[in-house]
Amino acid sequence: MTIDIRNIRKTFGDFVALDNVDLTIASGELLALLGPSGCGKTTLLRIVAGLERPDSGQVLFSGQDATHTHVSERQVGFVFQHYALFRHMTVFDNVAFGLSVKSRKERPSKEEIRERVMKLLKLVQLDWLADAYPSQLSGGQRQRIALARSLAVEPKVLLLDEPFGALDAKVRKDLRRWLRDLHDEIHITSVFVTHDQEEALEVSDRVVVMDHGHIEQVGRPDDIYESPATPFVTQFLGDVNLFHGRVDGGSLTIGDYAHSLGQQHAGQSDDAVAYVRPHDLDVSRVADGALAAGTVEHIHAVGPVVRIELAQIGSGETIEAALTKERYRELGLMLGDTVYVTPKKVAVFLKDQAQQDYVI
Amino acid sequence: MSSANHTLTTEAPWVRRALIAVALAFVTLFLLIPLIAVFWEALAKGWELYLAALIEPEAWSAIKLTLLTAAIAVPLNVVFGVAAAWAIARFEFRGKSLFTTLIDLPFSVSPVVAGLMYMLLFGAQGWLGPWLAEHDIKLMFAVPGIVLATVFVTFPFVARELIPLMQAQGQDEEQAAMVLGASGWQTFWKVTIPNIKWGLLYGVILTNARAMGEFGAVSVVSGHIRGETNTIPLHVEILYNEYNFVGAFACASILALLALVTLLVKTLIEWRIARQREGAKERTLEARLAPVSTH
Repeated sequence: MTIDIRNIRKTFGDFVALDNVDLTIASGELLALLGPSGCGKTTLLRIVAGLERPDSGQVLFSGQDATHTHVSERQVGFVFQHYALFRHMTVFDNVAFGLSVKSRKERPSKEEIRERVMKLLKLVQLDWLADAYPSQLSGGQRQRIALARSLAVEPKVLLLDEPFGALDAKVRKDLRRWLRDLHDEIHITSVFVTHDQEEALEVSDRVVVMDHGHIEQVGRPDDIYESPATPFVTQFLGDVNLFHGRVDGGSLTIGDYAHSLGQQHAGQSDDAVAYVRPHDLDVSRVADGALAAGTVEHIHAVGPVVRIELAQIGSGETIEAALTKERYRELGLMLGDTVYVTPKKVAVFLKDQAQQDYVI
Repeated sequence: MSSANHTLTTEAPWVRRALIAVALAFVTLFLLIPLIAVFWEALAKGWELYLAALIEPEAWSAIKLTLLTAAIAVPLNVVFGVAAAWAIARFEFRGKSLFTTLIDLPFSVSPVVAGLMYMLLFGAQGWLGPWLAEHDIKLMFAVPGIVLATVFVTFPFVARELIPLMQAQGQDEEQAAMVLGASGWQTFWKVTIPNIKWGLLYGVILTNARAMGEFGAVSVVSGHIRGETNTIPLHVEILYNEYNFVGAFACASILALLALVTLLVKTLIEWRIARQREGAKERTLEARLAPVSTH
């Protein structure tokens, strides 16, 4: 089922949670709503579910207006961040709940319910816990039961609010992969909210990056990572170094250094900010095409990647570079050395575009 | 926990013993001895007199009236208390803090004042008195007034018990039920009520205890008509003032007995909750030890 979100606006008092948001979710895709807390992603998800009413705008399910459809009639599956399992019911009764509250006409027989519940419990690999109570389960198990419960009513859409937010790192990783596999298996239109960029990029078909109540960028994970559309997206998706300078005649000038940008921004001339990810930054002993010079302050050589922290000469700001072990050995870097940094890849945003700096 | 660890976190033996002794002496002096004294005095002149004092028509009428009052006040306040707690814990609305304060009013106002308020409203000289008299409705010095006063003083118990509980539980489970297709009514009976049932029961017990024992407010509105508008506490006072000690203490013992039964029920409930938790713990252990399916 496709979902059309049209011009949705939602305010809480003076706070604008969603500022005229438009979004189309394709049938069968797994979409991530990514953004910092307070960006409106959860509000948007709850509006789609019908748990929240928008101030204006429409939500369309398969082209049909569902804005005023009551939450109990939307046929959506919703997985809460803190599971929201019914604490006084067994795992089995939790999963069976959606079927057992159906009107007598639509309700499947006891045996059918039993069969379906056990099938779902097998799907989430927890059929051996059917008689347990939620308080006896671990966080990861609870979340899988919550998922099974929401799937029991055969929803047309699956909505997940920070589904792995309350879990520890290891379980989180497992569940993430498992959700991806599950989606490949049942192909239900799914939307999940997360503030973890790694999670969004790894699991989803498409990512929607949000900030301050509006959408910053929509795209496939690799597109978003490789070519972020705004400074916010660039900063939100991972560690990044900032260089303030000027774009002029096809090259980027920072202090005494100039770096050719090729065709990008040709003919433009304005103050600009350049963003370079640590692994896109090469360290070298020659100034050719460099962005800046710095002295080596820290070297973290644990693991396959060597992280170098430099103090930029002039501004004193910290520059972070990630080198391979080979490159690091080749350079023979020592603390206190003065070296130059050259970008392998740089995202440049002109001043008026870059004004809305990202603040956590 | 090792014993070495234990001594690190507790006081010296003589301090512990002294504290326990003080606590025991206090409980004995102020709670236990008075309670025993009630039954002692009631039975001082033997069983026959005791029973006679209870089945005497006026005492019997007081007992029936007390039970009737509780039987009306408790259900009313259960319905009101759940509705109020639901409104306060689940919704944001203007005047919410005023409403919350109003619920506490019966706790902060002296019961005698509560009784007087009803007299001012519904009494013969009160605001609505003439109109009520015209329509031949008798509230004051009659059973309806006693019920009204009792409902007023027991107003906060259920709501006060439920509000923090429902706020702590949040509304995720109710929302989950609705998303799964449950109607408001189904959500209420299948999710809300099971989650608050112990708190609700506890509120009912407190309401009941107070409804049966209320003196001040009921005393003002009752008119003390023997055999008609006397509840047990009022009847006890009358008998006592007439130097009928056996009668007074016999009735008092009935009240004390009802209170003890209430306490017993409360203890039973607490014991059941504890046992449930214990059982859950055991089952968790079993579940953990059960073979884990492969991923």
